[in-house]
This record gives sequence, structure tokens and C-alpha cells, in this order.
Amino acid sequence: MKALVWMGKKNVEVQEVEDPRILNPRDCIVKITSTAICGSDIHLYNGYIPTLEKGDILGHEFMGDVVEIGPKVKKLKVGDRVVVPFTIACGNKCSHCMRQQFSVCDNTNPNWHIAETMMGFSPAGIFGYSHMTGGYAGGQAQYARVPHADVGPIKIENDLSDDKVLFLSDIFPTGYMAAENCEIVPGRSVVAVWGCGPVGQFAIRSAFLLGAAKVIAIDSLPERRAMAEAAGAVTIDSGMDVMEELKALTGGRGPDASIDAVGMEAHGSAYDQVKQTLKMETDRPFALRQAIRCTRKAGVVSVPGVYGGLLDKVPFGSAMNKGLTFKMGQTHMQKYMRPLLKLIEDEKIDPSFVITHRVPLTKADKAYPMFVEKRDECIKVVLDPAA
Amino acid sequence: MATALKNSPSGAATKQSAARASSRANVASSRNRNVRGITVVRAATIRRPAAELYAFWRKLENLMQVIKHPVTITSKSENESHWSVSAPANQRVEWDAVIVDDERDRMISWRSQPGAQVENAGSVRFEAAPGDEGTEVTVSLEYDPPGGRLGAAIAKLTRDSASSQVYDALRRFKALMEAGEIPTIEGQPAGGPQRPRKGRK
Repeated sequence: MKALVWMGKKNVEVQEVEDPRILNPRDCIVKITSTAICGSDIHLYNGYIPTLEKGDILGHEFMGDVVEIGPKVKKLKVGDRVVVPFTIACGNKCSHCMRQQFSVCDNTNPNWHIAETMMGFSPAGIFGYSHMTGGYAGGQAQYARVPHADVGPIKIENDLSDDKVLFLSDIFPTGYMAAENCEIVPGRSVVAVWGCGPVGQFAIRSAFLLGAAKVIAIDSLPERRAMAEAAGAVTIDSGMDVMEELKALTGGRGPDASIDAVGMEAHGSAYDQVKQTLKMETDRPFALRQAIRCTRKAGVVSVPGVYGGLLDKVPFGSAMNKGLTFKMGQTHMQKYMRPLLKLIEDEKIDPSFVITHRVPLTKADKAYPMFVEKRDECIKVVLDPAA
Repeated sequence: MATALKNSPSGAATKQSAARASSRANVASSRNRNVRGITVVRAATIRRPAAELYAFWRKLENLMQVIKHPVTITSKSENESHWSVSAPANQRVEWDAVIVDDERDRMISWRSQPGAQVENAGSVRFEAAPGDEGTEVTVSLEYDPPGGRLGAAIAKLTRDSASSQVYDALRRFKALMEAGEIPTIEGQPAGGPQRPRKGRK
């Protein structure tokens, strides 16, 4: 099959590789019909996520048709059309899955020792996202092996197009959980969202779905701000004095909740650019710092943006003295996929709004630099594995 | 998962006082004081009943499923078993073990028989975790490392130490008992330098 393979910093190739096969009794094999490049793939492409190895197949947003099932798969059958969540979970077997904390499942990361060395304890396995989270071959490919097939993949049993349901694989649930973490009081809460990339866009729309009185979106790119405004958000150019703008838009209170949908490669701080380049810090937490400072007293900071390691100069004194609450984590996908599919079926949201580019999988290596450098007003790339 | 890895001083008296100093060390059975060297303690909480976990462990051959390092375990009688572990340079380390304490659904302890290439002793305990967390499984292993402490230090550097092997076996045991399978990526496709390519695009 063809697959998009990481070959080093800023170097990806489409290669012919072996087809995946069933390795464990609860696996299935999915023939991929649609797959996408995620903003978090930028961190991989740029070489900021440790334990990624040359030759790893990337991609964690994919859907397709089940073509093979392992002997212990009970719910899925060959021919089922499924969307696959990016985190792998054992179901309600470990105590975290039992509590719907699926992204920190105990039993799906074969490289738990790497994760525990770096983070203390190991989160769940993730497709195509370095060996720290399992080293699972990703979904920017024509086929993928999906462990615990009865737990993760969600069956699509109607004729909704791939475009409408594909983003149930990551960015819609991720934006939704970020908004849910804001503890929105309908009709009253004001939510500020740093970053109007795909996750930010879904966070904005989810905040409105959950009843936010106002959503303020912050980004440097006009096309991304325009997409946020189309959802009803007020926007701020991140080049402005964000604190003063936010105060002006909230009667001086500041936003009740802030969402950092940017993560470890924020722009805007030369200090962090230099330190990250010199490997003196692993992440550039510019958006997070700003979010902490700007959030209203006793407010919430919700972090769907990916961080990899150690952060420098986080204003923890501000967070402590203002009494902030932090909510974060990889998305507990299996908790959100079904209710969010319902929202799509009920036409409360059409996730295809975010797609700006369609590229054949065979040209995915060209799509990466376009997306990473945000050329051609690129916001979301969908790859066609058949083309 | 928790770890305690310490070099026990030789001499039974010192060793006992060291054991008293740490409650965790108490799981290392004091009756194994004839084994000198290194003590490893690892724990995992498994959301299955103690009886089920005990039953798996009591059939010692089952441990071959969860110990990743190549090992052959053969039961010779109800309480006696033979262990053969592969070692560097095509060597094998072998010993006979005997179960010295066996409390149904609660704990098993064992030690190597005289003449073992690596003297060792250990125990596994199954204790109820708080609330609905399941069962706390604590494995304690004492062994005399080949090559003494220097050998153990080298082994630790290469992660091929008893500590990480006990740890890995416990994690795999947990996954097998809870999720029914041990997670793996061995045999999956990869590109570039990891695997010979079928051809370029």
C-alpha cells in the first residue's frame, strides 16, 4: 500500500510499504476512504515530538471500510463503514476507561516504559504519533490496523458523506471537549479561543452549541479569523494587545474561560523561538501564557493544544492567585463520538466547513509544507487514498 | 506502577533493619535472607478479582505469556519448577525453584533450590485496592546478580535488568487480564529505513 512516511525533520515521503495485518485478536483492518492532516502533525513534521522514528507512518484522522476482523471482534463486521478515533482504548476494562477517561487508558500503549520515563505515567496509544504513545502505524495510508475494534471505531449507518463525519476522528471531539471543559453557563459565559486552526474552529462552534454568550477568537491569519467570524465569533488579531482587546470586549472582566488551541509551537515570542531552537525548552507556550494572564479571576483554562515536554516561564503565580482551574488532555474520544455524530445527523453542525484543500495521498508530501507554512490560505487538508 | 530498587547490604541483621525501615520492603520475605544482592519491588493495580489473578499466576507456565524475555518454565511437581532464561552470548541461566508459601488468592512466594546459577527468591501478593479499583498486585524479587553489583549496574543501564523485566511482565499481565490482550506493534508496516521497501512511489 501507499503511506505517508516521516523521514526526518521537515521531510516526509509517500512510500510503498507492506499492507497491515491483524496482530491481536481484537484488531480490524480498515481500507481508508478519507484521511486528513492534523495541526498536531505539524509538531511531528517539524521534529518537536521525541521518539518519532524515521520510517514511521503518520496520520490519526481517518475513516473507511472494515475489510478484515480479528477472531475476538464481535460488534464490527467486514463491510462496515467506520470513523476511527485517534486514541486507542481498551473499553471499560481498566479503571480509566471505566470512568470514560479513554485517552489515558492503561492497556493500549506497548511503549509504556518510554511514556512513564517522560511523563510519570503512560497515556493511551495514539495512531501515528511517535513511539512514546505506542508507535502505532498511522492512517495517512491506504489501509490501517485498528486495535480494540469494538471499542474505538464508530459505525456510520447512513449516507452522510465522508466530509461530514471524518472529523469525528479527532478535531470535532477535541474542540468539543475543550469547550465542555470551559464549564460554560448558558447565556452568560464568555469564552476566548487562542488559535483559529481546525481545533479552534470546532471549539468556537462547540462553545456556541453549549450556550456561550460570546466567543472571542484570536489568530494572526485573516482567513482563519474570517472562518471564526462566520460562526459568530468576535475576533482579535494576535498582533494586537490581546489583553486590552479582551478587556474591552468583556466589560473589563476578561473571558470566563480560555481555550489554548495552539499548543507547543505558538508564534509571537522570539524568546521561545530561540530557546526551542537551542533545545533549552521543548515547547513554545506563548498562547498558554497569554491565556493564563487574560482569563477572568476564578476562570478556567482549557488546553486541547498539544504540549510535548517542559515549558518555560509559565505565569503560575497569576494562575494561583487568580484561582484558575486548568482542564486539559488528549480527547476522551470514545465518550464523544456518538453524541457528536447525533449532532451531525440532526444538522446542528456540518463539520465539512473547515476543509480548504483536497489532495491525493500520493501528493501528501507536498501538502505538508503547504499546511505547515499556511500557504494558499490552507486551514484543513483532506487526503484521498484512492487518488 | 511503583518501583523500589536498592542494593541490600549483606548480613542478615542489617538487612532486617533495612526491611523494617521501608514498609514496601516488607513484601520481600525476610525468610529469603540467604539470598544476598538486589531487591526489586514492583506493583500494579489490576481491575480483576484476586482469585482470578492468583489462579493465573499459580499455573507458573502462564507466566511465559507475560514475561517478554525468552524464558522456559516447566512445572516438575505441585510446588517445584524449572526455569531457563536466555542470557547474552547464547548462554542460558537455569535454576530450579520451589514454592515456599502459598496462600490461596492472597500470595505466593518462592525461592531457588540449592545449586541455582542465579540465587533468587520472590513473592507476589494480591490485595484488595480501595473502592472499585481492583486488586493491587505486588511482586518482590531478590536476586544475586551475575557479576555482582557491577553486573547489575551494567544490566540496569541496558534496561535489561530484573527490575524492568518484572515491571514489564506486570504491565503485560495487567493488559492481558483486563483487556484480554497485550498491546503490540510488532509486525506492522513501516517505511523508509525501518523495513525493506517494496519500491519507490
